[in-house]
Amino acid sequence: MKKYYLGIDLGSTTSKAVIIDEKDQIIGRGITNTRSNYEVAAELAKQAAIFNARFHLLQRRLSGIMEHQPAYRRYLEDLKNVFQFLQFRERMEQLGRQFRATLPAVAANSSQLRQMEPLLNQVIAAILDETKKEYQDHSLGGQSQFFRDIVAERYNARVAELPKQYFEPLMLLFDKSINPVENEIIHFNFIALVEEAMRMINDRYASLGDQGREDRSLNFDAELNLLMGNYQKVSDSLGAHIEAVASEAFHIANMVGTGYGRALLPFPEDCIKSEILCHAFGAHAVFPKTRTVLDIGGQDTKAIQVDQYGLVTSFHMNDRCAAGCGRYLGYIADELSISLNELGPLALEAQKEVNICSTCTVFAGAELRELLNVGEKREDILAGLHRAIVMRAMSLLARSGGVRNEFTFTGGVARNQAVLRYVSDLVRQNYGQNITINVHTDSIFMGALGGAMFARRSAQGLSSEQRDKITASEVH
Amino acid sequence: MLLQKEMLARQFRELSTAKENGKKVVYTFVPGNLSELIHAFGMLPVYPEINALQSGMRKKSGGFIRDAEKAGHSEDVCTYVKCDIGMLLNGNIGPTGDKLPEPDLLLLSYTGCFTFMKWFENLERLYPGVPVAMLHTPYQENGRITQEMTNYMVEQIKTELIPKMEKVSGVKFDETRLAEILGHAAKAEDLIVRIFNTTRNKPSPIDAYFAGVYYIGPINAGFRGTPDAVAYYQALHEEIMLRVEKGLGPITPEGEMEEEKFRLVVEGPPNWTSFRNFWKLFYDMGAVVVASSYTKVGGVYDDGFRHDPAKPLESLANYCMNCYTNLNLPQRIDLLAKYITDFRADGFLVNSIKSCNSFSAGQLLMMRQLEERLGVPVGFIESDLVDPRYFSYSNIKNRLDSFFQMLSQRKAIRGQMAEMPA
Repeated sequence: MKKYYLGIDLGSTTSKAVIIDEKDQIIGRGITNTRSNYEVAAELAKQAAIFNARFHLLQRRLSGIMEHQPAYRRYLEDLKNVFQFLQFRERMEQLGRQFRATLPAVAANSSQLRQMEPLLNQVIAAILDETKKEYQDHSLGGQSQFFRDIVAERYNARVAELPKQYFEPLMLLFDKSINPVENEIIHFNFIALVEEAMRMINDRYASLGDQGREDRSLNFDAELNLLMGNYQKVSDSLGAHIEAVASEAFHIANMVGTGYGRALLPFPEDCIKSEILCHAFGAHAVFPKTRTVLDIGGQDTKAIQVDQYGLVTSFHMNDRCAAGCGRYLGYIADELSISLNELGPLALEAQKEVNICSTCTVFAGAELRELLNVGEKREDILAGLHRAIVMRAMSLLARSGGVRNEFTFTGGVARNQAVLRYVSDLVRQNYGQNITINVHTDSIFMGALGGAMFARRSAQGLSSEQRDKITASEVH
Repeated sequence: MLLQKEMLARQFRELSTAKENGKKVVYTFVPGNLSELIHAFGMLPVYPEINALQSGMRKKSGGFIRDAEKAGHSEDVCTYVKCDIGMLLNGNIGPTGDKLPEPDLLLLSYTGCFTFMKWFENLERLYPGVPVAMLHTPYQENGRITQEMTNYMVEQIKTELIPKMEKVSGVKFDETRLAEILGHAAKAEDLIVRIFNTTRNKPSPIDAYFAGVYYIGPINAGFRGTPDAVAYYQALHEEIMLRVEKGLGPITPEGEMEEEKFRLVVEGPPNWTSFRNFWKLFYDMGAVVVASSYTKVGGVYDDGFRHDPAKPLESLANYCMNCYTNLNLPQRIDLLAKYITDFRADGFLVNSIKSCNSFSAGQLLMMRQLEERLGVPVGFIESDLVDPRYFSYSNIKNRLDSFFQMLSQRKAIRGQMAEMPA
């Protein structure tokens, strides 16, 4: 039986899970927003990672076919998206039940209750319609993929369109209902969900085929065109593969939990590891020449120095203040009423950087408004804010012993292109132009990856190959 | 421990009845304290920073600090100062509940800490008319004490301090009496060096930081130069040697530490407001501190310095200039490096104190240099002396968890390498 290892990184904003095989290769990753019940957050991330691992295996089985037949690739992408939608729908239905159960508590009187019920049903139906389309068309793209965020955004927009007297009670309804729904675990059946997703996809292709003759825009999508005549064949030949990956037992031989909520994970004590060690180990595994790691997460920033084996030699973390972390960006995004993912691209459009003096997240909000009042441009202020964040990280790096080659940048904030640009500029300015700067698309998963790698090692002791590596480098 | 409690209780009782008994009281600080000279005039010393740390341990400092802030002292001022001033504003009731006597003399014999001077300026205002003696203590800028520096200090003691002490106490200076007291001091100093050297043993029989701060109590808080202190340190040394013979580890508030997992050298004072919780974070992990710079705050005796009955004033002068925070940074680094090597430490940890510039300045540099020189794993945490607002349990725990895991990882790797054939 194949053995797999699980790492869970319970961060302040997001919870990540990574599954690796016996060669430390990532085969599944899952992410969800951290919520009040850590056990649920961990379980959901794990569930997402296992589903992701099954799709990964499916993709591996199909890699030969996909190379020659792009229609398969498209079908698989669609399948993944609709699969996500079905999970979303299930949770949405649960939220609907919770809404209906809570409604009497928020309605002012029985007549308002009667009026609100049909309105609420319309809102739910509209959200489902809208999201179904978005999942099918792959148009969720850069937006948050978390249930809470997807629903909140669409719910708020719909409720705002209703007559004013319903606004307060319906917002209250959402606030009261979302937490219990979010904190409940739903166990999904992989094969059942996949089968339903395939039915939905096939139906859609069938109807697109009829519609396609009139809608010329569809003719530009080459893969879709291929599929329209072909979906039944693709779908039929996938059956056996899907059955095989669905029946694959993911035997988790060991797991390690990390992140700021690690102490609350329902794991035995020796399966809990510090996030400093995990991030460093993960980053070092992906970029083996790494000597300095900068991790900017939701509410802490870590500067870590590692040796040639990925072992931590010293580290420094921000203390008492989360300015300069992901939450700071979240706060600024809220202040500007834009999504977190739009911040970086906007900042990159700046013509100049407005100087931001404040080192406090809350004051930075006030400073932002003040600067908007005096006529500074949004993107120029954002550029200044991004620079201010990176300046704080630079100070932490200096305190931890500086930057040594190679430098790896990890954590959720590494996905922000403006932060990345300032980090690269300032690291090179301060520590030399020849510093190699590594950022991986999986940067947010580094802690979970390190955790999974520790899980594998503690299950097996140090591997012989690692022992060899240690002796070899010791000799020289 | 019992002996120490008894000694301290007696000291505070004596202080509370000082005025009735016609005893004169001198307020002074632990670093560079001239307790022997004070005793030679039959006067009693009071150490405001010890009162402040005691208030911190008894959970009273938070209120005192707020009162001092109400009286206009900034949030950034040393919290020992604010705690002391808050205590004065609340009737000057000492840590044992007895009222502390007002000072008859304010004696500042170590000026390496700028805050001390400001502190005494405040005390001068709070006790108008009380004479002040302030010695200027030269910093060991070049890493040593020169004859000129010693002469400069001796001159100040002779011309500035002794006449004032004679006037306040009404007692004539008697060098023979002082020499006798210094003889006792040197004995206690010999013993305390031997006590802190017992941590060379594995397991270490004592914790040289968390328990160490209790051990330095008598020598720093007015008993140096008394036969009582010699007796105390003799008893303590015997007790510790028994532990060494039996191969026992240190005693913690929750009993004996069974397995010594990590040996640390710690730089910087501890936090007093959550002292027990702070200590627990270490002993729960099997971490024992084998040497600390803080226990040298009242005198560095490792390098052979002793009070010398043959050269009474010179040795007092050199003592003042040889306190830990009066050493320059390379000297401190050398001292810490020696501790790490001699006591076979697995790691070096800095507890950086928000409101103490004397200690905190240069700590990062010291840490980096030790890391480079010895390849020792290092860690850095932050807290405060007596302001409870600056002790974040979860922040410190989080960092210490990582630090200890980093140490075990190192140990595991080293263990593996030791097992491998050459």
